[in-house]
Amino acid sequence: MAKLTSSHISFQELQDIVELVGKVSGFNLMGYSKSSLKRRVQRVMDLERMDVVDLKNAIINVEGFHTYLMNEITVNVTEMFRDPLYYNALRTDVFPYLETFPRLKFWSAGCSTGEEVYSLAIMLTEADLYNRSFIYGTDVNSNVLEVAKKAIYPLKSFKLYTENYNGTGAFNSLSDYYTAMYDAAIIHADIRKNILFSQHNLATDYVFNEFQFISCRNVLIYFDLELQNRIFHLFYESLSEFGFLCLGTKETLFNHKIMSKFKVINKKFNIYQKIK
Amino acid sequence: MEKADDVILIGGSAGSYTLIIDMMEALPEIFSPAIVIVIHRNPKFTTRIEDTLSARLKKEIVQAEDKAHILKGGIYFAAPGYHLLVEPDKTFSLDISERVRFSRPSIDVLFETAAEVYLDHCTAFLLSGANQDGTDGIKQLQRMGSKVIVQSPTEALISTMPKHAIEANGHVEIYNNRQIMSYFRNLK
Ligand SMILES: C[S@@+](CC[C@H](N)C(=O)[O-])C[C@H]1O[C@@H](n2cnc3c(N)ncnc32)[C@H](O)[C@@H]1O
Repeated sequence: MAKLTSSHISFQELQDIVELVGKVSGFNLMGYSKSSLKRRVQRVMDLERMDVVDLKNAIINVEGFHTYLMNEITVNVTEMFRDPLYYNALRTDVFPYLETFPRLKFWSAGCSTGEEVYSLAIMLTEADLYNRSFIYGTDVNSNVLEVAKKAIYPLKSFKLYTENYNGTGAFNSLSDYYTAMYDAAIIHADIRKNILFSQHNLATDYVFNEFQFISCRNVLIYFDLELQNRIFHLFYESLSEFGFLCLGTKETLFNHKIMSKFKVINKKFNIYQKIK
Repeated sequence: MEKADDVILIGGSAGSYTLIIDMMEALPEIFSPAIVIVIHRNPKFTTRIEDTLSARLKKEIVQAEDKAHILKGGIYFAAPGYHLLVEPDKTFSLDISERVRFSRPSIDVLFETAAEVYLDHCTAFLLSGANQDGTDGIKQLQRMGSKVIVQSPTEALISTMPKHAIEANGHVEIYNNRQIMSYFRNLK
């Protein structure tokens, strides 16, 4: 695809933009990995046919632009049952332990459009745990949360989701949990029931509840080690004793001191349990 | 281990698998650049080129991990399903944003981000493939003063990818397989 404009942003200009966004809005992009952030900002510039000066002007002068920018630069790609064997590991390694808790609170941090949250709700239903569970789905991006709340997805995605679901070693059929209407599918009400979606910024917000289970998958790859460290402390504080922390397949606790307060439950899928 | 001052990038798709294995087998025991490879593959396909090569070269060949330092003499493969990026502090980062030209990992994404960090300390090879990945990356490599080498389309098993890159970018160096092998055999 041809670039619409030939205006390229440099790392120095990116740094200026990050500082400017920080000043005019509550969004702190300091700890984001520079190269992927740069690609995302460049993408917005190409879409809007802006150069760096236009971009700065818009951030300062156009109401709501920084929210738009934030929503555009976050990467929201997600799936139901992404990494099927991770879900299988939840069933075998984590759920037996969760059964011992009378009430269960789950937090999906960086839940994007909600597919991960509904996948978890389906797993909990099948494990007979959902009636005592409540799931909080949070994200910094307000647009994706609106999609998550609706629980309506393009029907064409369900070919992949069904393959994924079957790959978890599930006993049912994914179609038991949604109704197709024309080219869309809506997740059933009994799956949607114990869920709340709300905005939460991992870079700046604080502990808001206590959880037996936190999943934060494919979010930490976008952050540098320092911001990761902040977030791991936030998760640690938010977990109950013997609560679980689940990261993406390319995300690990091993580069961090706080690892010493966790036990590895599943190394391949980066599932940890708080032990101290 | 020290961070590499120079990188060699390799982008390959359909028809490049055995050539890449041969290129790596030709390498001398010791060399100082880091070698970073994106090869398009089906994430569900289980045979791993890293394992094949580790066994043949008797050296551990790994997938590039998020936040890992890019080290001298390292050979790194992009993990299936994720884009592989180079950060200004010469570390890797991973990203699962949208596919680029139907590909993730995308050769363009690696080429573009590495070019901006390594500038004229970067050499990129684009090999056989059935799509157009790599073409935009080469544009950026050239802007940043990196060296670009494209496999001769007449020798590539599938010529679409090198051909498209050559047509779209004009003056690129074209190597036949013998020249490619000799480059890796003589790497210092
Ligand atoms: C690639 S998605 C991951 C979705 C899902 N967890 C999965 O693995 O499929 C990353 C999500 O992290 C969110 N995110 C980025 N920065 C964030 C922040 N500072 N606080 C909370 N969420 C953030 C993005 O908006 C995006 O929806």
